[in-house]
Amino acid sequence: MRSSPLKTLLTTLLGWIVAFALFFPIFWMVLTSFKTELGAISTPPEVFFRPVITAYQEVQARSNYLHFALNSILISVGGTLVAMLLSIPAAYAMAFHPSHRTRSTLLWMLSTKMLPPVGVLVPIYLLFRTSHLLDSRIGLIGIYALMNLPIVVWMLFTFFREMPKDILEAGRMDGATTWNEVVHLLMPLTLPGMASTALLSLILCWNEAFWSLNLTSSSAAPLTTFIASFSSPEGLFFAKLSAASTLAVAPILVFGWISQRQLVRGLTFGAVK
Amino acid sequence: MATLSLRGVRKSYQAGFETIKGIDLDIADREFVVFVGPSGCGKSTLLRMIAGLEDITAGDLLIDGQRVNDVDPSKRGLAMVFQTYALYPHMTVADNMGFALKLAGVSKTERDAKVREAARILQLESYLDRRPKALSGGQRQRVAIGRAIVRQPKVFLFDEPLSNLDAALRGQTRVELLRLHEELAATMIYVTHDQIEAMTMADKIVVLQGGIVEQVGSPMELYNHPANLFVAGFIGSPRMNFLPVTVASGDGAGNGVVALADGNQVAVQMGEALPAPGTPLTLGIRPERLYWDPNGPFAGEGHLVERLGGLTLLHLTLTGGEELVVQTDGNDPVQPHVLVRSAVSPDECHLFGADGQALRRPGHIAQPPARPLPGEAPVVATATA
Repeated sequence: MRSSPLKTLLTTLLGWIVAFALFFPIFWMVLTSFKTELGAISTPPEVFFRPVITAYQEVQARSNYLHFALNSILISVGGTLVAMLLSIPAAYAMAFHPSHRTRSTLLWMLSTKMLPPVGVLVPIYLLFRTSHLLDSRIGLIGIYALMNLPIVVWMLFTFFREMPKDILEAGRMDGATTWNEVVHLLMPLTLPGMASTALLSLILCWNEAFWSLNLTSSSAAPLTTFIASFSSPEGLFFAKLSAASTLAVAPILVFGWISQRQLVRGLTFGAVK
Repeated sequence: MATLSLRGVRKSYQAGFETIKGIDLDIADREFVVFVGPSGCGKSTLLRMIAGLEDITAGDLLIDGQRVNDVDPSKRGLAMVFQTYALYPHMTVADNMGFALKLAGVSKTERDAKVREAARILQLESYLDRRPKALSGGQRQRVAIGRAIVRQPKVFLFDEPLSNLDAALRGQTRVELLRLHEELAATMIYVTHDQIEAMTMADKIVVLQGGIVEQVGSPMELYNHPANLFVAGFIGSPRMNFLPVTVASGDGAGNGVVALADGNQVAVQMGEALPAPGTPLTLGIRPERLYWDPNGPFAGEGHLVERLGGLTLLHLTLTGGEELVVQTDGNDPVQPHVLVRSAVSPDECHLFGADGQALRRPGHIAQPPARPLPGEAPVVATATA
């Protein structure tokens, strides 16, 4: 069935409007980061101006960007690795050896995501304080891994379920142990799914602010803390804040751009096979 | 060399709900055994229990006299060919076939030699570097068989391996499997719902229904002496005709007469005495055993003629209201909507009691000699004057 040219035009237009609305805040942030503080708050807002990098220079002079970036990388990758290592066996067990409680277990795991994190802030803070995990990368890696565990298990479970059971059974007939099954058959065959799960977990870790703001201060602080340090009670310096934010989101934005094909392929894995 | 025995084997997924209800079976070395039955009869479950992919709830599974109920699938010395082939999509044909050997720690040179040998037998040599998705259905099938061959198993298990192939390829692969059975001299267990596959391939057919064995025997034994209504209806194509009859008379030695619904009488010859006159029975007649006879007891009007080329099937409605299929020659000029009469020889009749069990038939029907097992000296036929 062919749609009329008018309908095509309207849907295209709508698509562009939605895309622009989604992209506009990021665009404006990057634009503002190249203005002077005065230019950043001028009304009407300036769209055409002479770009300056004074905001970036000031941000770098005030704090060590690389230190925060390194923390972000270590904590995101660490949290994702721990979450994947815990989730693969869990999802394997639930996908290939389900019991009558599997469904409820999965729902219960997901239900923990409905609890507002602030609800457990005080006990977690006290636990961290007692075990000297405050402002430590290890502590944050643990929290991030636990935070993403339900989603990672759910996604892996869905991908594993797509895998034909016959292939694993053929493997068992061929003498594969559970370890062989996972390494030689399951992992290579569900690689797109695993990759997109890891990517999503990485992005969620990178963007997490609540726990990092509450549990870190300096030595283990990731980029989200770095941004927050530029919103001061004396008034907002929009150019500097934008510059800090741009620096914080740039790595994950570039990373997402590079891996978007993998991400989309993984997320639509079952649907288009 | 491998024999396989099942002793009172049972399977239940939930307490009180049995899918396999106690099976006793002996499979001889180098025998080609076919499990056949309608879908849901438990044939695939039974095969998977032998393979070790399903637990055995009760009973014993013996391979070469050793109880293997709790032995790992790969340690039972079996190889299985799956209905979906279950090839490893990310591996080449050579890697697919060599995977078991790789896991077993066999050296690369030895592995390559074995894979090449299997590829030669299956004519897959030029495809060794391809991935499964670049192969046709028939080639994938052969890779799945190759994967089984390289392991040199004691017993080959096939789970409906031909059901994903088109009709022409199915016939061809059937012949190839028989050749393979000959060449490898291995015990094979083959599951199918297709009675033609069962008839053409088996040394021994096991007919299953509802988790129990209905009958075990050679193809011709099942065809000539079905033990009950189910086997009689399942084995043979076109299907056996079943007509309700009552006993009219009997001489106590197996000869007698039964009456059809319209009162016409059919002479029958059994291997045992007929029940008392008036007893209702079911008369079974194979369509290919009926012939035209102007004085025959089966009078009716044809309503459909199926011409298959080599043979013709005429569907009749008898004057008593029953349906009857008569198989005749392909060039038979028979037309529908004409009153015809057919007859059957008394010793070609099957009779079944109210419980569905067959009355014993006269034993004089010639049994073809059993096919020699692979590796045995063939029976030399001697011409008689």
